[in-house]
Amino acid sequence: MIDIFKGYKGDAVEILKKFNIRVWGDAEIKTTRGDFSGIILPRSENDDDKHIVLKLVTGYNVGINVGTITDMKEIGYKEAHYKIPEKKFPFTEGQPKVKLFGTGGTIASRLDYRTGAVIPAFSPGELYGAVPELADICNLETEKLFAVFSENMGPEQYKTLAIAIGKEIEKGIDGIIIGHGTDTLHHTAAILSFMIQDSPVPIILVGSQRSSDRPSSDAALNLMHAATAAAQSDIAEVMVCMFGPTSDEYGLLHQGTRVRKMHSSYRSTFRTIGDTPIATVTRDKITPIKQNYNRRRDDRKVTILPYFEEKVALLYYYPNMQPDMIYSLIDNGYKGIVIAGTGLGHVNKPLYPAIKKCQELGIPIFMTVQTLWGYVHMFVYDTGRDLMNYGIIPAENMLPEVAIVKLSWALGQTDDMEKVRELMMTPIANDITKREPYNGYLIYQGGIPEVEEFIKKVHK
Amino acid sequence: MGKDFKSEKKFKLSKTKVGYTPRTKTPLKTYKELGFMSGLEVHQQLNTKEKLFCRCPAGLYSDFDDYDAELIRHMRPTLSEMGTYDGTALMEFRTKKNITYRIKNETTCTYDIDDTPPFPINREALDYAIQIAFQLKLNIVGELHITRKQYLDGSIPTGFQRTAIIGIEGVIPLKKKKIRIIQLSIEEDSCREVSDIGHERIYQTDRLGIPLIETVTYPDMKTPDEVLEAAQYIRFLNRSSGKVRVGIGAGREDVNVSITGGTRVEIKGVSHNKWIPELTHNEAFRQKALLIIKKELNKRILDLKKWKPIFKNVDFDVSDIEYTPIKEAMNNGWKLIACNLPDFKDILSHFLQPGKTFADELEGRLKVIACLEKPNFVYSEDMNPVFSESLLRQRKKLLNCKSNDAQIVFWAPQEDIETACETIEERCRLAFEGVPNETRKALKDGTTIFERVLPGADRMYPDTDSAPIPIEDEYLEKLRKELPVDLVDRLKQLKKWQVPEDCYQYILRNNLVPEIERINNDLKISPKYIATTFAHTLKHIEGQLIPDVPFLYTKIYEIFKFIIEKKLSFDIVKSFLPVIYLYSQMEFESVLNSLEFESYKEEVILKNVSSLQSMFTKINKSKNPLAAEKWIMGNLRPIALGNIPLQKLNAFVRKSLSKGGAK
Repeated sequence: MIDIFKGYKGDAVEILKKFNIRVWGDAEIKTTRGDFSGIILPRSENDDDKHIVLKLVTGYNVGINVGTITDMKEIGYKEAHYKIPEKKFPFTEGQPKVKLFGTGGTIASRLDYRTGAVIPAFSPGELYGAVPELADICNLETEKLFAVFSENMGPEQYKTLAIAIGKEIEKGIDGIIIGHGTDTLHHTAAILSFMIQDSPVPIILVGSQRSSDRPSSDAALNLMHAATAAAQSDIAEVMVCMFGPTSDEYGLLHQGTRVRKMHSSYRSTFRTIGDTPIATVTRDKITPIKQNYNRRRDDRKVTILPYFEEKVALLYYYPNMQPDMIYSLIDNGYKGIVIAGTGLGHVNKPLYPAIKKCQELGIPIFMTVQTLWGYVHMFVYDTGRDLMNYGIIPAENMLPEVAIVKLSWALGQTDDMEKVRELMMTPIANDITKREPYNGYLIYQGGIPEVEEFIKKVHK
Repeated sequence: MGKDFKSEKKFKLSKTKVGYTPRTKTPLKTYKELGFMSGLEVHQQLNTKEKLFCRCPAGLYSDFDDYDAELIRHMRPTLSEMGTYDGTALMEFRTKKNITYRIKNETTCTYDIDDTPPFPINREALDYAIQIAFQLKLNIVGELHITRKQYLDGSIPTGFQRTAIIGIEGVIPLKKKKIRIIQLSIEEDSCREVSDIGHERIYQTDRLGIPLIETVTYPDMKTPDEVLEAAQYIRFLNRSSGKVRVGIGAGREDVNVSITGGTRVEIKGVSHNKWIPELTHNEAFRQKALLIIKKELNKRILDLKKWKPIFKNVDFDVSDIEYTPIKEAMNNGWKLIACNLPDFKDILSHFLQPGKTFADELEGRLKVIACLEKPNFVYSEDMNPVFSESLLRQRKKLLNCKSNDAQIVFWAPQEDIETACETIEERCRLAFEGVPNETRKALKDGTTIFERVLPGADRMYPDTDSAPIPIEDEYLEKLRKELPVDLVDRLKQLKKWQVPEDCYQYILRNNLVPEIERINNDLKISPKYIATTFAHTLKHIEGQLIPDVPFLYTKIYEIFKFIIEKKLSFDIVKSFLPVIYLYSQMEFESVLNSLEFESYKEEVILKNVSSLQSMFTKINKSKNPLAAEKWIMGNLRPIALGNIPLQKLNAFVRKSLSKGGAK
């Protein structure tokens, strides 16, 4: 049976049934607070059963308390079809060919009445309808691999993506774009950096911080930047392309293993940690910041290593953490652990026996830093030396999220502790860097006169 | 160059044809004949501590050049909930503006610049809005749904205004009729525009997010004066709640006007109610003029669909033209485009508003849509022609135009030419239909200019960032108990107090009835006297003097109290008030000193009357029978003021004179 009472339940559905009113019905309602009329809209499942949602003729929505309703009459019916106009994506001879893989997220989304939030929407036609400028940059093909919010991305999606990208490269694509929700964009960027090695073309992950159903959305510009980078840049790396400043000015191309989401809602949330971004990108230009990146090649050779072990955990250390945190991981069959330690990479003494136990069982533990910036230095204090004696491996300046993703990938290939250590500690895509440049750590503090002067002049 | 009297004559002729008369000379029946209809959208800021959807302080303004940072955004149209694009949104997308926001850290947070989702709605604002909804007799909604209303002009960094309906279907009583209310909504205020030149528009974000209510009436007003009366009523009603902001920009009106055969045109940004009659009057006649043009064009042009303007690059030498805008355009490397409008003879110079023609409509749209600063073109019926005879001949050759056509020459950078041509054709085609759906900007002189295409219901979209807010009966009952006195009752009260009617506006505008009540209760002074002290004495002073710090109405209470305590006569208020108005901080005793007041007993003053009387007899040369009284009063006033009621003294003097009048 078709659910004609979309999202309504309990008292609300009873009153609609009682007066024989459909969702999308044009209704006249008498209530103890006066008369209302308009179109009955679907209701979000998470909202209560005490109200009916009405779209007034002025376009506004209001809720009517079902307890106040004395009479209802349906005088018409007007169902809405929310659809981005689809237009065939035009082909331009001589333009680079770019493939856009859709995974979901806010880069392309539309209204969902069921949850009252936005859901992903995606097709080349829809994208062209919404961002026609893309046709001036490249010949775009799209493929919707899955439609999930980024927090639901997991091993299966990573592997599918890597394999699909490998195939496209072999077929001769000039660049790859992956549309992705922003929450775990950097996790996916990291795993793809390990699963896809020596790509001859740019692989760009892109998302948006403001959904595309808003006039001020960053989605369109991010997509244009990503398309420009994928089509025209000579940087054959796995990269994240998102806003540089919050202003609509330029995007940054971040190395997939050094990037992190640093603000829950800001447009310019993605920052390269411990290094500079690879390049800036505008709608018509890519300006490299770094010089030592992998260059675009004409060959079609690429190495795809789609491996992933799920039983790997990331422990965010806090003072007085109890050893049972680690014992429970052991008991649950975890095969590898990454710790985000304090300062230079420390945890407290009570954890030592549990850590020693891991060493005995052959469960590798890698140490990273919660400070995000800086290297693990375990020789500075005794605690560090103790920990290394118990087999903890300092993971240099690998970011915690990158370390767990890399460890999952390494353990997906081998159980051999030595091989795992070697895979982990051999930099693949700047996941570990030899040095941290002076400008690799810049967090300016507001309120300081010279910073304020800078901010007044330069768009943040 | 010189004045083209022929064009001016044509303009005057068309004005006569439209039948335009100045408002003060227009009888009421004219509006009936026109089918004049008008409705109001009254915006009023609420006096809350914080903004509507974030915790920034509300009501702090800074100068346009005082800011901490800037950021740039662009707006793209998105689909409405019903799956369509809004006309305004599409128009504004064509204009391709760079929008710069100027930010002051103190008043702007990451929510304001759309980098943080909204916080729960400000409950203080919601309380105030619901209380005003009660007074408008509205049906209050059961659940508040935050809706996004798209604005692509950039005035709000999100590209939409968060707004919600509080109640619908109310009524307000005017003197002779009732006006129905469509709805009351609560919404966030927009940015203040700093400048808008070419493709660059700059906004200041200090006003952004301040809670606002919007009261929308049905188009029940049938004359310009009725519109004014309704606007005043709503303003007073808002103010009498005591919960709204006052001062420049705190209350603003949009006025909708249409006539029979015309369409709804919204006049935006009417910051003074007194502008309303002139603006609505002129808009009615503008629509009538457009209907006459429509009729004329439909008569002239057989196949409207096939009508097409011709655009050509000006290929002849224009270096002789001394007209600065063209000279500058040529220096900037812009293009000069000539355009022929078939069958448009006399239309461009046709009267639309006082001092404005159909050409002004084109000029306005070229500025807003194609970003071409004014003046942006010259035309064949310009009253101050720019092209010489020989240039005109070359233009005629270029365009191959006929005698019944009209011509335009505009200048623009290459990238704006396409939009400019589209805009010209579009506006001319709209003339075939009559009155375009527009939002127009109010000007001080009572005329209007194009602002944008009128948005429709299609620009509404549910705010997916906010959950609906239930409005329970218990909550409403609690608010109802705190309601201020109804405006209707306030008016009754003023009548009962016998306050002169010319005081009403000042008292209601400033919500002074509660203050008059307080003074009357505590100090037992007659309400009528208190009211006139406010609405006559103080109002007069306000018009004359500019104080250092804003004068507080509560000061009047203190002055009265002081006068009673010092046992002074109330006559002194008129001298006392200007001083304290200018220098609010001044001690009352010092005010008395500055007035050179000295305390005298009544008898002492009265004793002087007889001696002054005999002195006057000696020096008098006047034949005026009142001269003696005036002269004596004039001499006694400095010592009498504050010590004895002047009326009493005058009576005494008169009596004394009449006794001695025999001389």
